[in-house]
Amino acid sequence: MSAAPEITRRDFLEAASVAGAGLVIGFHLPATGRGRPAAVAAPFAPNAWLRINSDESILVVVDRSEMGQGVTTSLPMLLAEELEADWSKIRIEFAPADKAYVNPMFGMQGTGGSTSVRAAYTPLRKAGAAAREMLLSAAAETWGVEKSTCRAEQGAVIHTPSNRRLTYGTLVVKAATVPLPHDVPLKEPKDWKILGTRVKRLDSPPKVDGSAQFGIDVKAPGMLVAVIARSPVFGGKVQSFDAAKAKAVPGVKHVVQISTGVAIVADGYWSAKKGRDALTVTWDEGPTASASSVTISQLFSQKAEQTGAVARHDGDAQGALPGAATKLDAAYELPFLAHATMEPMNCTAHVRPDGVDIWAPTQFQTGAQGLGAGIGGVPPEKVKVHTTYLGGGFGRRFELDFIKEALETSKATGAPVKVVWSREDDIRNAQYRPASYHRFQAGLDASGQPVAWTHRVVAPSIMARVFPDTVKNGLDQEAVEGGVGMPYAVPNVHVDYVLTDTGIPVGFWRSVNNSYNGFAVETFIDELAHAAKKDPYEYRRDLLGKAPRHLGVLNLAASKAGWGTPLPAGRARGIAVYKAFESFVAEVAEVSVGSDGAPRVHRVVCAVDCGPVVNPDIVEAQMQSAIVYGLTAALWGEITIDKGRVQQSNFHDYRMLRLAEMPVVEVHIVPSTDAQGGVGEPGTPPIAPAVCNALFVLTGKRIRKLPIGKMA
Amino acid sequence: MPPISFTVNGKRETVNVTPDTPLLWVLRDTLGLTGTKFGCGIAQCGACTVHLDGVATRTCVLPVSAVAGKRVTTIEGLSKNRSHAVQRAWIEEDVPQCGYCQSGQIMAAAALLAKTPHPTDADIDTAMTNICRCGTYQRIRAAIHRAAQGA
Repeated sequence: MSAAPEITRRDFLEAASVAGAGLVIGFHLPATGRGRPAAVAAPFAPNAWLRINSDESILVVVDRSEMGQGVTTSLPMLLAEELEADWSKIRIEFAPADKAYVNPMFGMQGTGGSTSVRAAYTPLRKAGAAAREMLLSAAAETWGVEKSTCRAEQGAVIHTPSNRRLTYGTLVVKAATVPLPHDVPLKEPKDWKILGTRVKRLDSPPKVDGSAQFGIDVKAPGMLVAVIARSPVFGGKVQSFDAAKAKAVPGVKHVVQISTGVAIVADGYWSAKKGRDALTVTWDEGPTASASSVTISQLFSQKAEQTGAVARHDGDAQGALPGAATKLDAAYELPFLAHATMEPMNCTAHVRPDGVDIWAPTQFQTGAQGLGAGIGGVPPEKVKVHTTYLGGGFGRRFELDFIKEALETSKATGAPVKVVWSREDDIRNAQYRPASYHRFQAGLDASGQPVAWTHRVVAPSIMARVFPDTVKNGLDQEAVEGGVGMPYAVPNVHVDYVLTDTGIPVGFWRSVNNSYNGFAVETFIDELAHAAKKDPYEYRRDLLGKAPRHLGVLNLAASKAGWGTPLPAGRARGIAVYKAFESFVAEVAEVSVGSDGAPRVHRVVCAVDCGPVVNPDIVEAQMQSAIVYGLTAALWGEITIDKGRVQQSNFHDYRMLRLAEMPVVEVHIVPSTDAQGGVGEPGTPPIAPAVCNALFVLTGKRIRKLPIGKMA
Repeated sequence: MPPISFTVNGKRETVNVTPDTPLLWVLRDTLGLTGTKFGCGIAQCGACTVHLDGVATRTCVLPVSAVAGKRVTTIEGLSKNRSHAVQRAWIEEDVPQCGYCQSGQIMAAAALLAKTPHPTDADIDTAMTNICRCGTYQRIRAAIHRAAQGA
């Protein structure tokens, strides 16, 4: 990454002039992630984060994708706090693809891994503090008073002794001439006015009147709409196609072959879809045509007999097992899962000889930019990435497949093209949450204390596909996340991993591999508790003495849920606790089983410790959301394969939780000054085990394979 | 293709499209009203909900020919300046997350309240069958109750 030019007084003046008399604060983030206010390249803006205008409006450039997790509110809150801004003046804009906006936790410009607030927490507050100091200096200079006699408040500087007041908008021209201060101390949390409060989301208004622009809403002049005919089997290729009937459909303009299939390009979605219905393609289905869920399941159980790449090894679990008073041996299995974002995949691209425009609901801007440069044959700086609102992300929009299709189709036709996927395209052409198989063995001593724990994870590797260099000696560290992090005090632990490719593409899915390891570990520890004839909450608690943040959320969730108090007949509670993305979450689920055998979740009590909280309302919303996401998957989520094809296609056979099935979710936040964690994903892993542990209490049946389906 | 006329948000529109084109795509691609969303294409998710002569209707499977002479209200026409009680309640409860399904949710909720001004939880369960992948259901329920109080 090249260094941004160091700011000079003169550059800044020029920049301010170009900007139309605004104060612009840019940031240069070195690869270490320790950002400090620095240069704004002239002409201003491509890497700016903040612009204060003479009309008092404050533009915050949001360099993360808004997919519901609240970054268009939480990131501006960080800036506004230190800036002492009038919150009602905050406006937002999504950042273009630029090195200045690289996520310091990734080394790429992308949104995921529940990193947004953690990555921005210090740099954005520093940017706000620097701007505030410049405005204070400008006001003091204007009045000819000591800066120390001035204070900033609600978008204005006030001279305390005389009570004179100048708003930021009137100060920006002078402020732009003040040298950028460095290492301004940040406010103490006790002095916060915005951070830690329930600030209303800035993106709610455009989302209640239909004006929010999602990718699928993009309209470029002369734009055509394309749907793609793709191989029904993963990895299949076009052998031949007959476009005659498709071209005869009114509105169809082009039928062109691209890398993933055949693009039908028309004046609108409906014409394109009818064109695709009329198209005849012969596919070379390739080697995955024989894959099926049955054979994948068999492969997993065979692979579980092999020795895996060692991920954690404490003591001597194999040596301790034979002498244990009680031995447990269990296998768990979880399915592939699709993301099913509400907005189907789509992207609009215009590839021209002189440059490329990409309008996309993407989680990965620099990835899109690099792809545009490659396909367009232009340097990356000639590729403009316009990020729209995302109608859900969940990891699916970190992929670039839909962007590639739009780029290739635009290049082939010379027109701006919007590629739109149908729901069936979305369910059948994803990079799925990996299916997995888990083999556990454990030994308890005579008092029920665990003396040995072994966990073998058998699963395809996401990293082997996307970042193969990170997989060393057969070990994908992320695939065993949460298995390695098993927090309970057991003297002898062995965790290993058998990387098992199935031919089915796998990718990031909300909470990623934590979603399967969380289920396996938190269900198996429950099995240990019952084998030890102990209360599952107390058993966990007694083994978490050296894991205070796990213990904190566990105790809070149990207490708020009334653990141990009577429930109506036919109901039971289950509990689980899990750490993901540096946050700690415990959940207690209250469950019954209907006369039709269908489980019903009535109430979920969630306790979360995510360190310092930016917006408690958003934390609560993310916990509710993550619980629904995980519960939907636990109850019904399953992508199955037959003859290399996905058998599900739409919401009638890939079922979603609906309002009438929604449990009451109560969220309790642990006040914490510990290291900050993310909030978008950590609520997902504990819900499936909490529900299944409750179902065990109710029915005596231990659920070791998801989805739960019916209990009858 | 004989032209098809109907009213959208109080304005008379005449379109020349194949008569089997779903109203959803006429609204989005022909009339440029993109607030109504495409989610599934089989009337499962409700993202495409509008009011057809006042009734909440899923438009992804509704041929435009069936709309001739009728009155359509989309999210863009629900109110001026987000002033409908449901929209105000949605903002007050901060319901939206990704927001993609919310046009449909709001249209479904507005139709429910027009018919049942003070719905019970059971009424809400029955009427609100739209899918939200972000799981905003708890806040949707709270916002409907709030809107029933005048938001």
